[in-house]
Amino acid sequence: MEAALGLMRRIPPKHSVTALSALVSLLPNHSSDLLSQVDQPLQVLCDSESGKEFILCEYNRDADSYRYYEGGISSVYLWEDNNEGFVACFLIKKDGARTAHGRRGYLQEGLWEAIHVIEVGPEDETTRYCLTSTVMLSLTTDKESSGTFNLSGSIRRQMTMDLPLADGHLCNMGKMIEEMEGKLRNSLDQVYFGKTKEMVCTLRPPSEVVMRLPNS
Amino acid sequence: MAEEECELSDEQKKEIAKWFLYNAPSGEIQYIAKDLRSVLNDDKLYDEATSEAFPLYNKSHLICLELPCRSGDVLITPYNELEENQFIEPRTAQIVTIDHVKQACTEVRPAADEELASPYVEEFRCALDAEILKYVEEAYPKGVCSVYCVDGKDAEGSGCNFEFAVVIAAARNSPKNFCNGSWRSVWNIKFKEDALEIKGKLQVDAHYFEEGNVQLDAEQECQDGTIFQAPDDCAISIANIIRHHEAEYLKSLETSYSNLSDKTFKDLRRKLPVTRTLFPWHNTLQFSLTRDIQKELGIGK
Repeated sequence: MEAALGLMRRIPPKHSVTALSALVSLLPNHSSDLLSQVDQPLQVLCDSESGKEFILCEYNRDADSYRYYEGGISSVYLWEDNNEGFVACFLIKKDGARTAHGRRGYLQEGLWEAIHVIEVGPEDETTRYCLTSTVMLSLTTDKESSGTFNLSGSIRRQMTMDLPLADGHLCNMGKMIEEMEGKLRNSLDQVYFGKTKEMVCTLRPPSEVVMRLPNS
Repeated sequence: MAEEECELSDEQKKEIAKWFLYNAPSGEIQYIAKDLRSVLNDDKLYDEATSEAFPLYNKSHLICLELPCRSGDVLITPYNELEENQFIEPRTAQIVTIDHVKQACTEVRPAADEELASPYVEEFRCALDAEILKYVEEAYPKGVCSVYCVDGKDAEGSGCNFEFAVVIAAARNSPKNFCNGSWRSVWNIKFKEDALEIKGKLQVDAHYFEEGNVQLDAEQECQDGTIFQAPDDCAISIANIIRHHEAEYLKSLETSYSNLSDKTFKDLRRKLPVTRTLFPWHNTLQFSLTRDIQKELGIGK
Protein backbone atom coordinates (compact mmCIF):
# COMPACT_ATOMS: atom_id res chain seq x y z
CA MET A 1 0.00 0.00 0.00
CA GLU A 2 2.77 2.38 0.93
CA ALA A 3 4.51 1.60 -2.33
CA ALA A 4 1.29 2.28 -4.21
CA LEU A 5 0.88 5.67 -2.54
CA GLY A 6 4.53 6.38 -3.29
CA LEU A 7 3.84 5.80 -6.97
CA MET A 8 0.85 8.16 -6.88
CA ARG A 9 3.10 10.91 -5.48
CA ARG A 10 5.47 10.72 -8.41
CA ILE A 11 3.31 10.09 -11.43
CA PRO A 12 2.47 13.30 -13.33
CA PRO A 13 -0.84 14.62 -11.94
CA LYS A 14 -2.41 14.78 -15.39
CA HIS A 15 -2.17 10.98 -15.50
CA SER A 16 -3.53 10.41 -12.02
CA VAL A 17 -6.83 8.93 -13.16
CA THR A 18 -5.05 6.34 -15.33
CA ALA A 19 -2.50 5.64 -12.61
CA LEU A 20 -5.15 4.99 -9.99
CA SER A 21 -7.14 2.60 -12.15
CA ALA A 22 -3.89 0.84 -13.08
CA LEU A 23 -3.04 0.41 -9.41
CA VAL A 24 -6.53 -0.79 -8.57
CA SER A 25 -6.27 -3.48 -11.24
CA LEU A 26 -2.80 -4.52 -10.04
CA LEU A 27 -3.92 -4.64 -6.41
CA PRO A 28 -7.59 -5.65 -6.39
CA ASN A 29 -7.49 -6.52 -2.68
CA HIS A 30 -6.54 -2.96 -1.81
CA SER A 31 -8.97 -1.27 -4.13
CA SER A 32 -11.22 0.23 -1.48
CA ASP A 33 -8.22 1.56 0.46
CA LEU A 34 -6.76 3.08 -2.67
CA LEU A 35 -10.00 4.67 -3.78
CA SER A 36 -10.60 6.26 -0.42
CA GLN A 37 -7.03 7.46 0.17
CA VAL A 38 -6.19 8.88 -3.21
CA ASP A 39 -7.89 12.08 -4.28
CA GLN A 40 -9.17 12.10 -7.80
CA PRO A 41 -10.53 14.86 -9.96
CA LEU A 42 -14.16 15.49 -9.11
CA GLN A 43 -16.83 14.46 -11.55
CA VAL A 44 -20.09 16.27 -11.90
CA LEU A 45 -23.39 14.62 -12.73
CA CYS A 46 -26.74 16.20 -13.30
CA ASP A 47 -29.73 15.11 -11.30
CA SER A 48 -32.52 14.28 -13.70
CA GLU A 49 -35.24 15.40 -11.28
CA SER A 50 -34.12 18.80 -10.12
CA GLY A 51 -31.84 19.62 -13.05
CA LYS A 52 -29.09 20.57 -10.63
CA GLU A 53 -25.53 19.41 -10.86
CA PHE A 54 -23.84 17.56 -8.04
CA ILE A 55 -20.41 16.21 -7.40
CA LEU A 56 -19.47 12.56 -7.22
CA CYS A 57 -16.99 11.28 -4.74
CA GLU A 58 -16.28 8.19 -2.67
CA TYR A 59 -18.33 9.47 0.22
CA ASN A 60 -21.67 9.66 -1.49
CA ARG A 61 -21.18 6.46 -3.36
CA ASP A 62 -23.57 3.66 -2.64
CA ALA A 63 -22.54 0.73 -4.77
CA ASP A 64 -22.88 2.19 -8.24
CA SER A 65 -25.25 5.08 -7.66
CA TYR A 66 -24.59 8.36 -5.95
CA ARG A 67 -26.64 10.03 -3.25
CA TYR A 68 -26.70 13.78 -3.16
CA TYR A 69 -27.59 16.56 -0.77
CA GLU A 70 -27.38 19.81 -2.65
CA GLY A 71 -26.99 20.95 -6.21
CA GLY A 72 -24.64 23.43 -7.78
CA ILE A 73 -20.93 23.01 -8.13
CA SER A 74 -20.45 22.51 -4.47
CA SER A 75 -21.79 19.54 -2.64
CA VAL A 76 -21.92 18.52 0.97
CA TYR A 77 -22.34 15.08 2.39
CA LEU A 78 -22.66 14.05 5.99
CA TRP A 79 -22.65 10.77 7.78
CA GLU A 80 -22.32 9.44 11.29
CA ASP A 81 -19.11 7.86 12.43
CA ASN A 82 -18.35 5.38 15.17
CA ASN A 83 -17.28 7.88 17.80
CA GLU A 84 -20.63 9.50 18.51
CA GLY A 85 -19.74 12.32 16.22
CA PHE A 86 -20.23 12.80 12.53
CA VAL A 87 -18.19 13.51 9.43
CA ALA A 88 -18.88 16.18 6.88
CA CYS A 89 -17.44 16.38 3.44
CA PHE A 90 -17.49 19.61 1.44
CA LEU A 91 -16.66 19.47 -2.24
CA ILE A 92 -16.08 22.42 -4.47
CA LYS A 93 -15.36 22.40 -8.16
CA LYS A 94 -14.64 25.38 -10.33
CA ASP A 95 -13.89 25.25 -14.01
CA GLY A 96 -11.98 28.36 -15.02
CA ALA A 97 -11.82 27.64 -18.71
CA ARG A 98 -15.55 27.50 -19.19
CA THR A 99 -16.42 30.58 -17.18
CA ALA A 100 -13.43 32.52 -18.43
CA HIS A 101 -14.85 31.99 -21.88
CA GLY A 102 -12.49 34.28 -23.72
CA ARG A 103 -12.77 36.89 -20.99
CA ARG A 104 -9.06 36.63 -20.53
CA GLY A 105 -8.70 33.97 -23.15
CA TYR A 106 -5.43 32.76 -21.78
CA LEU A 107 -6.35 29.56 -20.12
CA GLN A 108 -7.03 26.51 -22.23
CA GLU A 109 -7.93 24.51 -19.20
CA GLY A 110 -8.23 25.57 -15.60
CA LEU A 111 -9.71 23.56 -12.77
CA TRP A 112 -9.89 24.14 -9.04
CA GLU A 113 -11.22 21.24 -7.01
CA ALA A 114 -11.33 21.18 -3.26
CA ILE A 115 -12.17 18.33 -0.92
CA HIS A 116 -12.62 19.17 2.74
CA VAL A 117 -13.37 16.42 5.21
CA ILE A 118 -14.18 17.40 8.77
CA GLU A 119 -14.47 14.87 11.55
CA VAL A 120 -16.56 16.35 14.30
CA GLY A 121 -16.04 14.91 17.76
CA PRO A 122 -18.74 14.10 20.30
CA GLU A 123 -20.78 17.18 21.11
CA ASP A 124 -19.67 19.00 24.20
CA GLU A 125 -19.30 22.58 25.31
CA THR A 126 -16.11 22.61 23.27
CA THR A 127 -16.09 20.27 20.32
CA ARG A 128 -13.10 19.00 18.41
CA TYR A 129 -13.06 19.55 14.64
CA CYS A 130 -10.45 17.81 12.59
CA LEU A 131 -10.15 19.07 9.00
CA THR A 132 -8.23 17.42 6.18
CA SER A 133 -8.22 19.46 2.99
CA THR A 134 -6.96 18.66 -0.45
CA VAL A 135 -6.88 21.09 -3.31
CA MET A 136 -6.28 19.88 -6.86
CA LEU A 137 -5.38 22.36 -9.49
CA SER A 138 -4.87 22.03 -13.19
CA LEU A 139 -3.77 24.86 -15.47
CA THR A 140 -2.95 24.58 -19.14
CA THR A 141 -2.13 27.28 -21.65
CA ASP A 142 -1.75 26.64 -25.31
CA LYS A 143 -0.47 29.72 -27.04
CA GLU A 144 1.27 29.06 -30.34
CA SER A 145 4.22 31.23 -29.52
CA SER A 146 5.01 29.48 -26.27
CA GLY A 147 4.14 25.87 -27.08
CA THR A 148 2.35 23.93 -24.38
CA PHE A 149 2.54 24.72 -20.70
CA ASN A 150 0.83 22.55 -18.12
CA LEU A 151 0.99 23.01 -14.38
CA SER A 152 -1.06 20.63 -12.28
CA GLY A 153 -1.14 18.75 -9.05
CA SER A 154 -2.50 18.64 -5.55
CA ILE A 155 -1.55 19.60 -2.06
CA ARG A 156 -3.00 18.46 1.22
CA ARG A 157 -3.05 19.97 4.72
CA GLN A 158 -4.59 19.22 8.08
CA MET A 159 -5.94 21.40 10.86
CA THR A 160 -7.51 20.57 14.20
CA MET A 161 -9.44 23.05 16.33
CA ASP A 162 -11.47 22.93 19.48
CA LEU A 163 -14.35 25.35 19.18
CA PRO A 164 -17.34 26.28 21.34
CA LEU A 165 -20.51 24.54 20.34
CA ALA A 166 -22.50 27.67 21.06
CA ASP A 167 -21.49 29.17 17.72
CA GLY A 168 -23.01 26.26 15.88
CA HIS A 169 -21.46 23.63 13.66
CA LEU A 170 -22.06 25.50 10.45
CA CYS A 171 -20.28 28.56 11.67
CA ASN A 172 -17.35 26.63 13.10
CA MET A 173 -16.86 24.43 10.08
CA GLY A 174 -17.38 27.28 7.65
CA LYS A 175 -14.73 29.41 9.30
CA MET A 176 -12.27 26.54 9.37
CA ILE A 177 -12.75 25.78 5.73
CA GLU A 178 -12.46 29.42 4.73
CA GLU A 179 -9.24 29.79 6.69
CA MET A 180 -7.86 26.57 5.28
CA GLU A 181 -8.71 27.44 1.70
CA GLY A 182 -7.02 30.79 2.16
CA LYS A 183 -3.88 29.06 3.45
CA LEU A 184 -3.98 26.53 0.64
CA ARG A 185 -4.40 29.22 -1.95
CA ASN A 186 -1.29 30.95 -0.68
CA SER A 187 0.61 27.69 -0.57
CA LEU A 188 -0.42 27.01 -4.10
CA ASP A 189 0.91 30.36 -5.16
CA GLN A 190 4.22 29.59 -3.49
CA VAL A 191 4.36 25.93 -4.41
CA TYR A 192 2.87 25.78 -7.86
CA PHE A 193 4.20 29.01 -9.10
CA GLY A 194 7.09 29.59 -6.78
CA LYS A 195 8.93 26.29 -6.48
CA THR A 196 8.49 25.08 -10.02
CA LYS A 197 9.49 28.47 -11.42
CA GLU A 198 12.50 28.46 -9.12
CA MET A 199 13.50 25.10 -10.53
CA VAL A 200 13.29 26.38 -14.10
CA CYS A 201 15.46 29.39 -13.26
CA THR A 202 17.94 27.15 -11.48
CA LEU A 203 18.27 24.90 -14.51
CA ARG A 204 18.88 27.82 -16.82
CA PRO A 205 19.26 31.25 -15.22
CA PRO A 206 17.71 34.15 -17.15
CA SER A 207 20.05 35.80 -19.63
CA GLU A 208 20.39 39.03 -17.67
CA VAL A 209 22.35 37.06 -15.12
CA VAL A 210 24.47 35.41 -17.78
CA MET A 211 25.32 38.65 -19.55
CA ARG A 212 27.18 39.86 -16.52
CA LEU A 213 29.74 37.12 -16.81
CA PRO A 214 32.99 38.08 -18.55
CA ASN A 215 33.04 37.30 -22.28
CA SER A 216 34.81 34.06 -23.12
CA MET B 1 -16.62 -0.89 -8.36
CA ALA B 2 -19.26 -3.49 -7.76
CA GLU B 3 -18.51 -5.36 -10.97
CA GLU B 4 -16.22 -8.40 -10.86
CA GLU B 5 -12.53 -7.88 -11.36
CA CYS B 6 -10.95 -10.52 -13.54
CA GLU B 7 -7.35 -11.29 -12.74
CA LEU B 8 -5.01 -9.37 -15.05
CA SER B 9 -2.82 -11.36 -17.42
CA ASP B 10 0.94 -11.17 -16.96
CA GLU B 11 1.19 -9.28 -20.21
CA GLN B 12 -1.29 -6.66 -18.98
CA LYS B 13 0.51 -6.29 -15.66
CA LYS B 14 3.78 -5.82 -17.49
CA GLU B 15 2.30 -3.09 -19.68
CA ILE B 16 0.99 -1.28 -16.62
CA ALA B 17 4.39 -1.54 -14.93
CA LYS B 18 6.12 -0.19 -18.01
CA TRP B 19 3.65 2.72 -18.14
CA PHE B 20 4.51 3.71 -14.57
CA LEU B 21 8.22 3.51 -15.27
CA TYR B 22 8.07 5.44 -18.50
CA ASN B 23 6.06 8.25 -16.90
CA ALA B 24 8.42 8.73 -13.99
CA PRO B 25 9.47 12.35 -13.53
CA SER B 26 13.12 13.21 -14.20
CA GLY B 27 15.50 11.58 -11.78
CA GLU B 28 12.82 9.46 -10.15
CA ILE B 29 12.69 6.24 -12.10
CA GLN B 30 14.67 4.29 -9.50
CA TYR B 31 12.22 5.31 -6.77
CA ILE B 32 9.29 4.36 -8.96
CA ALA B 33 10.96 1.04 -9.77
CA LYS B 34 11.36 0.27 -6.08
CA ASP B 35 7.70 0.98 -5.31
CA LEU B 36 6.61 -0.93 -8.38
CA ARG B 37 8.54 -4.00 -7.31
CA SER B 38 6.50 -4.05 -4.08
CA VAL B 39 3.22 -3.57 -5.86
CA LEU B 40 3.88 -6.21 -8.53
CA ASN B 41 5.21 -8.79 -6.09
CA ASP B 42 6.60 -10.83 -8.99
CA ASP B 43 10.31 -10.48 -9.68
CA LYS B 44 10.23 -12.13 -13.08
CA LEU B 45 7.57 -9.71 -14.29
CA TYR B 46 9.40 -6.81 -12.68
CA ASP B 47 12.64 -7.71 -14.49
CA GLU B 48 10.87 -7.98 -17.83
CA ALA B 49 9.12 -4.64 -17.36
CA THR B 50 12.25 -2.80 -16.28
CA SER B 51 14.40 -4.23 -19.07
CA GLU B 52 11.85 -2.94 -21.60
CA ALA B 53 10.98 0.39 -20.02
CA PHE B 54 14.35 1.67 -18.80
CA PRO B 55 15.98 2.01 -22.26
CA LEU B 56 13.04 4.09 -23.51
CA TYR B 57 13.06 6.27 -20.41
CA ASN B 58 16.82 6.77 -20.46
CA LYS B 59 16.90 7.82 -24.09
CA SER B 60 13.88 10.07 -23.79
CA HIS B 61 15.24 11.81 -20.68
CA LEU B 62 18.72 12.19 -22.18
CA ILE B 63 20.35 10.86 -19.05
CA CYS B 64 24.01 11.51 -18.42
CA LEU B 65 26.29 8.75 -17.21
CA GLU B 66 29.81 9.08 -15.89
CA LEU B 67 32.48 7.26 -17.84
CA PRO B 68 34.73 4.91 -15.90
CA CYS B 69 37.98 6.38 -14.58
CA ARG B 70 36.27 9.78 -14.49
CA SER B 71 37.28 10.40 -18.08
CA GLY B 72 34.12 12.36 -18.81
CA ASP B 73 30.43 11.82 -19.42
CA VAL B 74 28.27 10.16 -22.01
CA LEU B 75 24.72 11.17 -22.86
CA ILE B 76 22.20 8.44 -23.59
CA THR B 77 20.01 9.56 -26.47
CA PRO B 78 18.31 8.16 -29.54
CA TYR B 79 20.84 10.07 -31.65
CA ASN B 80 24.03 8.36 -30.57
CA GLU B 81 22.73 4.82 -30.16
CA LEU B 82 24.66 2.32 -32.26
CA GLU B 83 23.15 -0.89 -31.06
CA GLU B 84 21.01 -1.63 -28.06
CA ASN B 85 23.10 -0.70 -25.02
CA GLN B 86 25.90 0.77 -27.15
CA PHE B 87 26.38 4.50 -27.50
CA ILE B 88 29.02 6.62 -29.17
CA GLU B 89 30.71 9.50 -27.37
CA PRO B 90 32.20 11.57 -30.20
CA ARG B 91 34.13 14.15 -28.17
CA THR B 92 36.46 11.50 -26.86
CA ALA B 93 35.81 9.09 -29.76
CA GLN B 94 34.73 6.22 -27.56
CA ILE B 95 32.02 3.57 -27.68
CA VAL B 96 30.29 2.93 -24.38
CA THR B 97 28.25 -0.10 -23.36
CA ILE B 98 25.73 0.48 -20.60
CA ASP B 99 23.31 -1.34 -18.35
CA HIS B 100 20.02 0.52 -18.78
CA VAL B 101 18.38 -0.70 -15.60
CA LYS B 102 21.38 0.05 -13.42
CA GLN B 103 21.91 3.30 -15.35
CA ALA B 104 25.67 2.75 -15.40
CA CYS B 105 28.51 2.17 -17.88
CA THR B 106 29.79 -1.35 -18.08
CA GLU B 107 32.41 -1.14 -20.83
CA VAL B 108 34.33 1.46 -22.83
CA ARG B 109 36.45 1.10 -25.95
CA PRO B 110 37.93 3.47 -28.50
CA ALA B 111 35.79 4.01 -31.60
CA ALA B 112 36.91 2.46 -34.88
CA ASP B 113 37.40 4.77 -37.88
CA GLU B 114 34.29 3.46 -39.64
CA GLU B 115 32.21 4.36 -36.62
CA LEU B 116 33.28 7.99 -36.69
CA ALA B 117 32.33 10.67 -39.20
CA SER B 118 34.50 11.47 -42.20
CA PRO B 119 37.19 14.14 -41.66
CA TYR B 120 35.14 16.59 -43.74
CA VAL B 121 32.05 16.18 -41.55
CA GLU B 122 34.07 15.86 -38.36
CA GLU B 123 35.55 19.33 -38.90
CA PHE B 124 32.06 20.82 -38.76
CA ARG B 125 31.01 18.63 -35.87
CA CYS B 126 34.04 19.43 -33.81
CA ALA B 127 33.78 23.20 -34.36
CA LEU B 128 30.10 23.13 -33.43
CA ASP B 129 30.78 20.98 -30.38
CA ALA B 130 33.32 23.51 -29.12
CA GLU B 131 30.91 26.45 -29.56
CA ILE B 132 28.02 24.62 -27.93
CA LEU B 133 30.23 23.59 -25.04
CA LYS B 134 31.14 27.24 -24.50
CA TYR B 135 27.48 28.24 -24.62
CA VAL B 136 26.34 25.53 -22.24
CA GLU B 137 29.06 26.28 -19.72
CA GLU B 138 27.98 29.88 -19.75
CA ALA B 139 24.21 29.41 -19.68
CA TYR B 140 23.64 26.27 -17.63
CA PRO B 141 25.07 25.79 -14.15
CA LYS B 142 24.95 22.02 -14.54
CA GLY B 143 24.46 21.41 -18.21
CA VAL B 144 25.90 18.71 -20.43
CA CYS B 145 25.89 18.65 -24.19
CA SER B 146 27.02 16.84 -27.25
CA VAL B 147 26.83 16.99 -31.03
CA TYR B 148 26.08 13.83 -32.98
CA CYS B 149 26.10 13.18 -36.69
CA VAL B 150 22.79 11.47 -37.38
CA ASP B 151 22.94 11.32 -41.15
CA GLY B 152 25.49 11.52 -43.94
CA LYS B 153 28.50 10.86 -41.75
CA ASP B 154 30.54 9.67 -44.69
CA ALA B 155 30.06 12.82 -46.75
CA GLU B 156 33.29 13.76 -48.48
CA GLY B 157 32.78 17.27 -49.76
CA SER B 158 30.36 20.03 -50.65
CA GLY B 159 27.29 18.80 -52.45
CA CYS B 160 26.81 16.00 -49.96
CA ASN B 161 24.25 16.72 -47.28
CA PHE B 162 24.61 15.72 -43.66
CA GLU B 163 22.70 16.21 -40.43
CA PHE B 164 23.62 16.83 -36.81
CA ALA B 165 21.72 16.59 -33.56
CA VAL B 166 22.77 18.98 -30.83
CA VAL B 167 21.67 17.70 -27.44
CA ILE B 168 21.65 19.86 -24.31
CA ALA B 169 20.52 18.45 -20.99
CA ALA B 170 20.49 19.89 -17.49
CA ALA B 171 19.02 18.14 -14.49
CA ARG B 172 18.58 19.30 -10.94
CA ASN B 173 17.72 16.50 -8.56
CA SER B 174 17.14 17.32 -4.95
CA PRO B 175 15.07 14.50 -3.46
CA LYS B 176 15.79 15.66 0.10
CA ASN B 177 14.05 18.92 -0.74
CA PHE B 178 11.31 17.01 -2.52
CA CYS B 179 12.14 18.79 -5.75
CA ASN B 180 13.43 17.54 -9.12
CA GLY B 181 13.58 19.10 -12.54
CA SER B 182 15.13 18.89 -15.97
CA TRP B 183 15.76 20.90 -19.11
CA ARG B 184 16.17 19.08 -22.40
CA SER B 185 16.78 20.68 -25.75
CA VAL B 186 17.44 18.91 -28.99
CA TRP B 187 18.42 20.83 -32.12
CA ASN B 188 18.40 19.19 -35.54
CA ILE B 189 20.69 20.84 -38.04
CA LYS B 190 20.47 19.86 -41.70
CA PHE B 191 23.46 20.94 -43.76
CA LYS B 192 22.41 21.40 -47.38
CA GLU B 193 24.28 22.77 -50.34
CA ASP B 194 23.90 26.44 -49.53
CA ALA B 195 21.77 26.64 -46.41
CA LEU B 196 21.30 25.19 -42.96
CA GLU B 197 17.87 24.20 -41.69
CA ILE B 198 17.56 24.31 -37.93
CA LYS B 199 14.75 22.82 -35.87
CA GLY B 200 14.63 22.85 -32.11
CA LYS B 201 12.57 21.12 -29.45
CA LEU B 202 12.78 22.43 -25.90
CA GLN B 203 11.31 20.65 -22.90
CA VAL B 204 11.21 21.66 -19.28
CA ASP B 205 9.75 19.78 -16.38
CA ALA B 206 9.73 20.26 -12.63
CA HIS B 207 8.31 18.16 -9.83
CA TYR B 208 7.66 19.30 -6.27
CA PHE B 209 6.28 16.75 -3.85
CA GLU B 210 6.37 17.89 -0.25
CA GLU B 211 2.86 17.24 1.12
CA GLY B 212 1.52 16.97 -2.37
CA ASN B 213 2.37 16.34 -6.01
CA VAL B 214 2.83 19.36 -8.26
CA GLN B 215 4.35 19.11 -11.74
CA LEU B 216 5.22 21.50 -14.51
CA ASP B 217 5.38 20.12 -17.99
CA ALA B 218 6.20 22.54 -20.79
CA GLU B 219 7.52 22.20 -24.32
CA GLN B 220 8.13 24.32 -27.37
CA GLU B 221 9.27 23.79 -30.95
CA CYS B 222 11.02 26.35 -33.08
CA GLN B 223 12.66 26.78 -36.47
CA ASP B 224 15.39 28.87 -37.97
CA GLY B 225 18.00 28.84 -40.69
CA THR B 226 21.31 30.25 -41.78
CA ILE B 227 23.79 30.13 -44.69
CA PHE B 228 26.40 27.48 -45.32
CA GLN B 229 29.84 28.75 -44.34
CA ALA B 230 33.20 27.47 -43.16
CA PRO B 231 33.02 25.13 -40.14
CA ASP B 232 34.00 27.73 -37.54
CA ASP B 233 31.59 30.35 -38.88
CA CYS B 234 28.75 27.82 -39.08
CA ALA B 235 29.44 26.83 -35.51
CA ILE B 236 29.25 30.39 -34.21
CA SER B 237 26.12 31.10 -36.24
CA ILE B 238 24.33 28.00 -34.98
CA ALA B 239 25.32 28.55 -31.38
CA ASN B 240 24.00 32.10 -31.54
CA ILE B 241 20.69 30.93 -32.97
CA ILE B 242 20.35 28.34 -30.24
CA ARG B 243 21.30 30.82 -27.55
CA HIS B 244 18.73 33.29 -28.84
CA HIS B 245 15.82 30.84 -29.03
CA GLU B 246 16.51 29.27 -25.66
CA ALA B 247 16.73 32.64 -23.94
CA GLU B 248 13.47 33.68 -25.61
CA TYR B 249 11.80 30.50 -24.44
CA LEU B 250 12.87 31.09 -20.88
CA LYS B 251 11.42 34.60 -21.07
CA SER B 252 8.13 33.26 -22.37
CA LEU B 253 8.01 30.74 -19.52
CA GLU B 254 8.46 33.57 -17.07
CA THR B 255 5.65 35.47 -18.78
CA SER B 256 3.39 32.41 -18.61
CA TYR B 257 4.10 32.15 -14.91
CA SER B 258 3.33 35.76 -14.14
CA ASN B 259 0.18 35.71 -16.27
CA LEU B 260 -1.08 32.59 -14.59
CA SER B 261 -0.35 33.93 -11.18
CA ASP B 262 -1.87 37.38 -11.68
CA LYS B 263 -4.79 36.80 -13.95
CA THR B 264 -5.90 33.24 -14.15
CA PHE B 265 -5.54 32.12 -10.59
CA LYS B 266 -7.98 34.85 -9.63
CA ASP B 267 -10.48 33.35 -12.03
CA LEU B 268 -10.41 30.19 -10.03
CA ARG B 269 -10.54 31.46 -6.51
CA ARG B 270 -10.44 34.97 -5.19
CA LYS B 271 -8.39 35.86 -2.15
CA LEU B 272 -11.47 37.30 -0.46
CA PRO B 273 -15.16 37.14 -1.36
CA VAL B 274 -16.57 39.89 -3.60
CA THR B 275 -17.69 41.77 -0.53
CA ARG B 276 -14.04 42.07 0.47
CA THR B 277 -14.72 40.71 3.91
CA LEU B 278 -14.66 37.17 5.13
CA PHE B 279 -17.84 35.24 4.78
CA PRO B 280 -20.36 36.02 7.53
CA TRP B 281 -20.79 32.55 8.90
CA HIS B 282 -22.97 33.77 11.75
CA ASN B 283 -25.47 35.26 9.47
CA THR B 284 -26.01 32.73 6.75
CA LEU B 285 -29.77 32.81 7.12
CA GLN B 286 -29.82 35.77 4.80
CA PHE B 287 -28.83 33.56 1.89
CA SER B 288 -31.22 31.80 -0.36
CA LEU B 289 -30.35 28.28 0.72
CA THR B 290 -33.14 28.45 3.24
CA ARG B 291 -35.46 29.95 0.69
CA ASP B 292 -34.74 27.12 -1.70
CA ILE B 293 -35.42 24.50 0.92
CA GLN B 294 -38.57 26.26 2.03
CA LYS B 295 -39.78 26.37 -1.53
CA GLU B 296 -39.11 22.69 -2.01
CA LEU B 297 -40.85 21.74 1.17
CA GLY B 298 -43.78 23.89 0.14
CA ILE B 299 -43.61 26.05 3.24
CA GLY B 300 -45.14 29.38 2.36
CA LYS B 301 -43.47 32.67 3.29
